[in-house]
This record gives sequence, C-alpha cells and structure tokens, in this order.
Amino acid sequence: MSSDPTVRLAERDRAWMMRTYAGHSTAKASNELYRRNLAKGQTGLSIAFDLPTQTGYDPDDELARGEVGKVGVPVSHRGDMEALMVGIPLGEMNTSMTINATAAWLLALYVVAAEEQGVAQEQLQGTTQNDIIKEFLARGTYAFPPAPSMRLIADMIAYTVEHIPKWNPINVCSYHLQEAGATPVQEIAYSMSNAIAVLDAARERIGSARNARGEPLMGDVFGRISFFVNAGVRFIEEHAKLRAMGILWEELGRERYGVEDERYLRFRYGVQVNSLGLTEAQPENNVQRIVLEALAVTLGRNARARAIQLPAWNEALGLPRPWDQQWSLRIQQVLAYETDVLEYPDIFEGSKVMDGLVQELLDGARAEMAVVAEHGGAVEAVPYMKAALVDSHRQRIGRIEAGEQVVVGQNRFVETEPSPLTADAEGGILVVDRAVEAEQIEALGAWRAARDQGAVDEALAELARVAREEDSQENLMVPTIAAARAGATTGEWARTLREVFGSYRAPTGVGEATAAPADHELAELREQVARLEEALGRRPKILVGKPGLDGHSNGAEQIAVRARDAGMDVVYEGIRLTPAQIAASALQEGVHVIGLSILSGSHRELIPAVMEELRHAGVDVPVIVGGIIPEQDVEPLKQAGVAAVYTPKDFEITRIMRDILEIVGRHNGVPASV
Amino acid sequence: MSGAELGKRLRDGDLAAAPAVLNILESRAPGDLEQAKALLHEVSPAALGGEAQGHIIGVTGPPGAGKSTLLSALLRAWRAADGAAGARARTVAMLAVDPSSKRSGGSLLGDRARIDFDPSDRGVLIRSTAAGNRLGGLAPGTRAAAQALAAAFDVVVIETVGVGQAETEVADVADTVAVVVQPGSGDVLQFLKAGIMETPDVLVVTKADLGKLALHTRRDLSAALRSLGASGPGATRVIAVSSLPPAEGIEELVSALDEHRATLDLAQRRLRTRRASALLEFASEHGEQGLRAVGGRREAERLLEGQDPGLDAPALVAALEKRMAA
Repeated sequence: MSSDPTVRLAERDRAWMMRTYAGHSTAKASNELYRRNLAKGQTGLSIAFDLPTQTGYDPDDELARGEVGKVGVPVSHRGDMEALMVGIPLGEMNTSMTINATAAWLLALYVVAAEEQGVAQEQLQGTTQNDIIKEFLARGTYAFPPAPSMRLIADMIAYTVEHIPKWNPINVCSYHLQEAGATPVQEIAYSMSNAIAVLDAARERIGSARNARGEPLMGDVFGRISFFVNAGVRFIEEHAKLRAMGILWEELGRERYGVEDERYLRFRYGVQVNSLGLTEAQPENNVQRIVLEALAVTLGRNARARAIQLPAWNEALGLPRPWDQQWSLRIQQVLAYETDVLEYPDIFEGSKVMDGLVQELLDGARAEMAVVAEHGGAVEAVPYMKAALVDSHRQRIGRIEAGEQVVVGQNRFVETEPSPLTADAEGGILVVDRAVEAEQIEALGAWRAARDQGAVDEALAELARVAREEDSQENLMVPTIAAARAGATTGEWARTLREVFGSYRAPTGVGEATAAPADHELAELREQVARLEEALGRRPKILVGKPGLDGHSNGAEQIAVRARDAGMDVVYEGIRLTPAQIAASALQEGVHVIGLSILSGSHRELIPAVMEELRHAGVDVPVIVGGIIPEQDVEPLKQAGVAAVYTPKDFEITRIMRDILEIVGRHNGVPASV
Repeated sequence: MSGAELGKRLRDGDLAAAPAVLNILESRAPGDLEQAKALLHEVSPAALGGEAQGHIIGVTGPPGAGKSTLLSALLRAWRAADGAAGARARTVAMLAVDPSSKRSGGSLLGDRARIDFDPSDRGVLIRSTAAGNRLGGLAPGTRAAAQALAAAFDVVVIETVGVGQAETEVADVADTVAVVVQPGSGDVLQFLKAGIMETPDVLVVTKADLGKLALHTRRDLSAALRSLGASGPGATRVIAVSSLPPAEGIEELVSALDEHRATLDLAQRRLRTRRASALLEFASEHGEQGLRAVGGRREAERLLEGQDPGLDAPALVAALEKRMAA
C-alpha cells in the first residue's frame, strides 16, 4: 500500500455522526425507539416533534386535532422531555432537534431534563434547528411574526454562546428550500442570505461583547452557526454546491464579521438527503436514490457532512417504520465502514470539472444574494424568495410532466412487477394508534392538575413582561427556562408570546407566480373552463387549502397556480386551517369545488371532520384530496364523500385539472359533451 | 331559494343569506339574471323605504401598500363592541377584488389568506372576486353586490388593487373612498397633482411605524391636497396608521370614515351610483348602437334623471330598454 499522503490518509477519518430522524406517538414510545436505534450503532439523536409541539399548541387545542403524535413525538412539558430522555445520558449525547418557532421552549425543556439527570447545561451538545425564515418560505411551522421570531433566535444565540457553549443554536436550512423546489443556486443564495440575517441580528444583540479570552464574541457566534443541507440525486453538482457554500461561508466570516480564527470559519453542516425526488411508484428505487445522494455529501473530504440522516425508502407512501429507518442507517454504515470513502484526502482537489462547477454556482449565488440584499435582506425578501421558489417548483413539475426530466418508474420505465415491500396489510408503513391523541390529552390534564399553578402563572407573567420589553437587554431564554422548570406547557408558553407578539401568516407566493407558458394542453383546459363557465354562469371557482398543522404547502401551491393558469378563479387559503374555517370559506366564497392537501398522515381524522362541517354549513360541493395518502385509506375517504384522491404518483397536474373540471361539471348536471 | 326571497331575507337583516345572494349577483346565466332583478327589486330604496343604511367604503391602493393589514385592523375595530366612542359592534361584508390574469382569465384570490379575521364570527363576510376583463378594477356584479349587501351589513368594503385609474369605478359605487399608500410612494403624489387620480375622501398612509418617512409622506400629501384647493370642512383627511401591534391611528381612521359618511348627501350619491350602473350595464349589453337608439348618451342620462329615485339599477336599465324598443 502506498503511504503517499497526497493519495492516502495516514489514518482513516472518523465517520460522520449518524442519526435517524425519529419520534412518534408518545415520549415513552419514542424513548424506546431511540434506545433501540442507539444500540444499532446510531451515534446521535435526531428528534422529530409532532406538529402541535412544533407550532406551539397543546394536544387539547382545536388545531391539534388529528396531528398529535403523528409526524413526531408530542412534548408538552418537562415531564414529557424527561420521559423522552430516560436512560439516555444527556452529558454525552449529541441531540439534534428539528424545532423552530418553539425552539427556545424545547431547548429550555431539554436543559431542565438534563438538570434532573444531574447534568449541567454547560455540558450539553446538540442543535436546535431554529431557522424561522425557511419556515416562512417552505415548511410552515412558524408561530410569531418575523421581527419577534428573529429576536427569539438572537436571544438563543446570545444565551447559548455564554451558557451552553457546545450547542448549535441554529441550523441554517437549505434543506427545505430544495424540498420546495429550489435550484442549487437558489439553495445556496437563500440560505446564505438567511445566515446573514441571523448573524446581523446576533451581532446587534451581543454588541461588542468579548469572550473569556478577551476575543470578540462574534467569532464564537460565527463558529456555532451550522447548516442543514439537502442533497439531490444529481450528486456531482450537489457536491459542488457544498464546496461553493464552504467558500462563501468563509468569505462571509472574514469580510462581513471580521472572523479570523480558522476553526470558526469552517463550514459545518448536517444533512438529510432529498425527499422531494422519492417516488411512490416503484418505491424500492428510492433506495438507490438515497445511496447516490449520500455520496454527494461524503465523497469529497473538503466538503463532507458532519452529521447525516437519511430518509427511508417509503416516505412518499406514509410514515416509515423502525425497520425502514434501520435500512437507511445501514446505508450510512456500509458507506462509512465497508467502503474506502474515508481513506483519502479530498478526491476532487484539482479537478477542473469540479472547480468549474463550483465557480458557476458561486457566480449564480452571488448574483442572487445581491438581489436578496436589494430587497433589504432575507427577512424583507421573504415574499420575493417564496415566489421564486414556487416558480422553480412549477418549472420542475413541468419538466417531469413533459418527460424532459426522467424519473425512473414514474415517467419512464413504468412497467413493474407487484412490490412485495408494500404487500402487508398496512401497505408497508407505520400507522400511529389513533388512541394516542386521547391519551395525551388525558395525561396533559393530569399534569396540569398536579403542578403548582401559582408558580406557573407567575412564570408566564414574567415571560410576558420580558417579551413586552422590546429593547431590553433581558434575554427571553431566562424566563423561558423558569417557565419550563415551573411546569408550564408548550401551548401556554406559545400562547403567552402570541398574545404579546401577535400572530402571523406567511406569504403564499402563489399570487406572484409566473403564468405558465401556453401550450396545447393548457389551451385545451382553458377551453374546458370557458365552456363550464358558460354553463355555470360564473367562472369555475376552487378553494385550495391545507387543513391541520402541516405546513408543507408545495403541492397545494402548485395546484392553485395551475388552476389559475387553466383559467379558474382560485381562493388559496394557505396552511393551518380548521375544518370549520374551510367550511366557512367555501360557503362565503361560493366555490364550485374544494381541494385539500395533507401530508402529515392526519387525513383520516381531518377529512371526515371537514366533510361534516361542510354538511353542517349546507355546502354541497365536491371535495378532492391530495397528499401522502396510503392506498388503504383511499376507499374510506371516498366513503366519507370525497370525490377523488390524488397521491404522489399522480404527478401530471394537467390531468388532475381535467378531472376536477369534469367532477364540477357532473356535480352541476352539465353534460360531459359541453 | 328564489332571488325575491333572498332579497327579502337581506331586507330583514339576515346575514346568512349573503353567500347565496352573491352567487346569483355574480352569475351571468340567463335564469340567474332574472333572479338577480327580483332580488335587487326587494332591496331597492322603494322597497326599503329609503337608502340602504350600510356604509359602502371603497379601499384601494397599490400592491404592497399594506391594504390587507390595514383591513385586518379595521375589521378588529369595527367588530369590537367597545370600539370607537363606545359604538356597538358593526357587521362587515368585504368584497375583495383581485386582478385577473390577462393570459388565462383565471385569478388567484389571495385576500382571504392575507386578512386576519375570526372565521367563526358570523358578523363578517369576506368574498373574493376576480376583476375579469373589466377596466376600472371592479368585478362584474360587485356594484350590485355592494348595493344589495348594504341593506343587511353595517359596513360594506370594496377592496381593489391599483392606483391611478382603478379607483375611479370604486368611487362610482362607494359612499366613501379611502386610498391607501405607503410612505415614500411619490407616484400617488404625482397622480394627484396631475389629476390622473380623483381626490379621495380619505388618504391613508400606512406603516406609520416607519416614523419620519411616514410623517414626510403625510405632510407632502396634505400639501398637495391643499394646493388642489381641497381645504376646509369636508376636505380629504390624511391619516397615518400603523396596523402592526400596537396599532396606531385606526380609531382616528374609523372616525374619519364615519365623519365623511355623516357629511354626505347619501341619497344623492347612491342615486348617482344607480344611474351610472344602469347606464354602464345598458351600454355593455347593447353597445353604441343601443345608446344611439335611445338618442345618445346625454339623452340616456336625461331619461334616467327623470325616473323614480327609488328604483333599483335593473329597473333603470329596463326603462332604457323600453325607450330603445319604442
């Protein structure tokens, strides 16, 4: 074997941290899952919280209906957090929490749970995702308006850099931008712009403070900012993207924030590879997609991930089971321990192709960052970026529909044998026990009854007081931790802040989306709309919305934009709607059809609830449903009165539009020939 | 339910009738047109024994001026029982008009998502409509809808997008027109001076939290209005508001709108609206040829002026059609 250090490392690199994004049902069930995962060789934790926890509602809130314990674990108070971490030594564990609007609260609960284990906060290691701008842009689990949201983030940075120094207070996310349709250039530019907004806010918060060694604290802050990125199946370009981000990051540190220490200037990132490209059709193909995407973030040593979590092969079908997630963990382990990927220095060093790709991406990203800066920075540019993402996604879908972008098993090579993977009664996915919600509500009642209510009231009053002091130097983390210790709940913490900060609805991006170029199919659709308009007396009007707390609005947005391009009047109501709200809107707006999108798995509760409210309001219009709907749930939904159900395998939106128009026509007694 | 029945329900103050009323008034199906006539007849001044008591307010301004946020704040103020001067809560119907795509004819109606309101509140109705191909910013049916809903709701808001020409048609329909601008928007100033834009009844400068810039804008607009000779009682009020919490200027705006309404000769303004609507409708139905058949536009206007002021717009159209056939 050669010992040439330019060819081979003297010592094999240590593997990245391996995680599985996991959590469901209850704290107890999730704790058992975490301990099993750790026993299988997972080296860090990645907590998935349920949507009520992510958006600041208790399980007994009306908006939480159907969502409790679904896409993650419900954590309502310190008791839940303690149960979640039982038997897991928090002084040694590295925990990543996908939590944003309520990040300060969940970190506080984690600090208190550690105290219970006798672990001081200084020892804690981990990450709170805490990137609110991408929630406005792509993921939808925001709770407060932009300004107070940024204040919470700055406070967390200021607090952790002093008291929890090994904590990454924020993971700037490019991940969700790609999931929302971002091109590599957009992914780089918007996440870097986002980081600038966060760092500027932090700089304002900490001023010219210095650390214990007398250096500017800003260096420590810069060094604690990590990224959470995505990697798609075009893995060479994706690798180039990460190299470009590393270059921009270092540049930003030196030039904008005066950071000199090399250690602080390193671009550190964790990754979850792409879910957007995973298909429902022939889902076994997703395994090779995931493997190739993992290469994007591991091949080149100079831009290798610090932590990786891989999606499961069946994410387009429903929630993955522990076995599905084990398969993804094993992919990481084979890559790290069986292959030679960790044995070499950077294998792309000196590659003209790689350098050229990086340069292209840098040029594009710099230009786009300048546009965001012109809008006044990432916070102000949210509507601009949102519209740009909706537009990119529209183009992506158009390419797939037209067959220009090949998706094996979906728009090409579609002939298939029946898959044994989905042959079981549940269709190869995890089904959360519906009793969980009632149990959580009951447990919450018991928790409230047992705590010292006076102490909770006092703690929340103090939280409200600090929140109202806009320009004060008081850090919101302090009363937040005190409220956690006193036994307040997630919903109470968030409600207290909502009352002070006000609530907020993010821009939908659909109004600004570019009209689709006219093609033959669209022209036919417009013709169909025009005929229907003649027969109905009004232009066909559709209500598009998302019931429940799920904020993944890509699908709903694309349906809304296409319906407009087809010539319909579209009422797009966005995310987080209650069934009563949907019924009231349908009634007031006089729509001809309702399109609902759900990806969180709560369709079995929410859709029948919507149907009931519609009946109650006397609205008799067809309802269509789209989202991640397992095959076995389709029939029950139709029984409940749903006119049609669409899942990820229905990628041809034009065909969906044609269906909708036919359904409206039939419902109104317009002959099909019209 | 028939148009006449729906009209009667509105007359009785039954807000729940409103969605069905709008379905009929927006429709161009032949059967619905007949129903619409019957409906409007039931809420004509003659049937009501006077003008509909609701306050029709046009709110217009360029995109991004903060209209939705302002309307959210106004809604809160109107719905608060202990609002301005201890007034009772007022019921509000909001007709939000969005532009249509020139290419497809379709539209994305986004106001419902932008305006913050309590969806369980039965005293608020929001209806989004597309302007369609009409110039002037109003959807077909919006004129009739505003007039009909004013019989049941305390406040009827017509919200349109644009600045310059767009508010012209709103001014034809509304009792009070408020133009919304954000600080630093010089175009409104230019439009006012050049007479491209009619002088609104109330000018609202949003984002007063921007401080100096908002103050300057308010000062410039006030100066421009004075130079146009608008001063003294009944002159355009310029009000700076901040719709974000803590909201400022909203109560002042509510009173300014109320005061304008109080100084207005309502019967005169509504009569003008009905005549203008009738003429517009007649012209769009029968074209220039139709106008010539009644002896020209001036003659048509004279004929309308001679009609019973208690008639609704469709009845006025019928009078014109009768002359045309004669």
